[in-house]
Amino acid sequence: MQDEPTPSELIKAVADFLRNEIAPVIKGHNAFKLRVGINALDLVTRQLALESGGDAAEAARLKQLLGADGSLKELNRALSDKIAKGEVDLRTPGLSEHLWQTTMDKLAVDQPNYASYKRELGKS
Amino acid sequence: MIEQELGRCVAAFYPGATGVAGAAKLSGGASQETWSFDIVHPDGNVGAILRRAPPGYGASPGRAAGLDAEATLMQLAFDAGLPSPRVMHMLQPEDHLGTGFIMQRIEGETIARKILRDEQFAKARPMLARQLGKVIAGIHGLPTSKLPKLRQMTSTKEIADLEREYRSFDWPRPVFELALRWLRDHDPGPSSEVTLVHGDFRHGNLIIGPDGVRAVLDWELAHFGDPMEDLGWICVNSWRFGEIDKPVGGFGTREDLFAGYEAAGRRADPARVMFWEVMGTLRWGVMCCGMMQRFRSGPDHSMERAMIGRRSSETEIDLLRLLAPRA
Repeated sequence: MQDEPTPSELIKAVADFLRNEIAPVIKGHNAFKLRVGINALDLVTRQLALESGGDAAEAARLKQLLGADGSLKELNRALSDKIAKGEVDLRTPGLSEHLWQTTMDKLAVDQPNYASYKRELGKS
Repeated sequence: MIEQELGRCVAAFYPGATGVAGAAKLSGGASQETWSFDIVHPDGNVGAILRRAPPGYGASPGRAAGLDAEATLMQLAFDAGLPSPRVMHMLQPEDHLGTGFIMQRIEGETIARKILRDEQFAKARPMLARQLGKVIAGIHGLPTSKLPKLRQMTSTKEIADLEREYRSFDWPRPVFELALRWLRDHDPGPSSEVTLVHGDFRHGNLIIGPDGVRAVLDWELAHFGDPMEDLGWICVNSWRFGEIDKPVGGFGTREDLFAGYEAAGRRADPARVMFWEVMGTLRWGVMCCGMMQRFRSGPDHSMERAMIGRRSSETEIDLLRLLAPRA
């Protein structure tokens, strides 16, 4: 068992330091790069918090939709094949809801400030 | 330093020029660079831009039109009275600067967030969509006989290209599959009219001033094809920068864009434009995935590239909003 603080706590501490102490004194292109770097650390923090719950729910929906078992990547590959072949489409019960939920879960990690995501969040 | 070569080059083609100053690299990967500099002249300095493939980088990759074609197109647009920089000089071997060209520098803004939010563009924003419609119509109407050799694209070919690239990543994305399937099912087939298509008409490639559009840049992806492609691409949500209810670049309506286009004597086909908007959304998503591939395989192992890879999910939500909208 690894000791505390957790990876999330460590990354958040580093990101907060860069954001509050370093970013105000950096100029030019490096200021832009620093902002990208802080965004990356924030993304990792969100993924550490949200990934396992989102993945488990996604896998459960995929097993239900496909009536099959496998790793998350295998299940996504199987669904992709079925969509490509036209065996599954938006009329298939549960497909639209599954794609929406999966995509919303991705945006919650990747880009929670994306305007389309914020708009859709108000609908669910 | 590049200023020495540029100075010699400028002295040879610009009467009275004594050298250059303030050369600064604006952007560039390994094979293509953009430099800004001033031509030093007793009557006053002149702003200029160098676009080049450095010595040793000749051929342009895959879809690129090539720097010679870019220069020709830019000059044709300028001659036709479209907002475009004047091409001042085509690089020659004796310039020792590689291949490419030097053009007039046009002052203004290309950064979308400033164009969409800064007070100085407040008067320009409501008229931009109509203005750009007119500019796109001008591009589509450039005299065919003078155009350089360019690749010819159709919607069917574009779908196949996107699918091939997506499959090469070997990473399953059910939403992209849904979009590919939709595109194949709704492919309108070859356009009855084939014209010059700019291919990347969007924020970043447009210089905007408080008075409106001042220049169209970056003809790298120019080709022959369905003119509705340009109208669809500028409506892709990724170029709205948060202003998602203003489909044209986050500043205007499709109706204004089409009105400007039609005022210049051409016809817009809204259904085809919508098809190309879906295609464009998927295209940007696939490009984001490509960034992630290049990040992983190098040589550009940058955080920026890595983070663009995590923006492909933005196009997935936009594709769902287009193809499976919720109440």
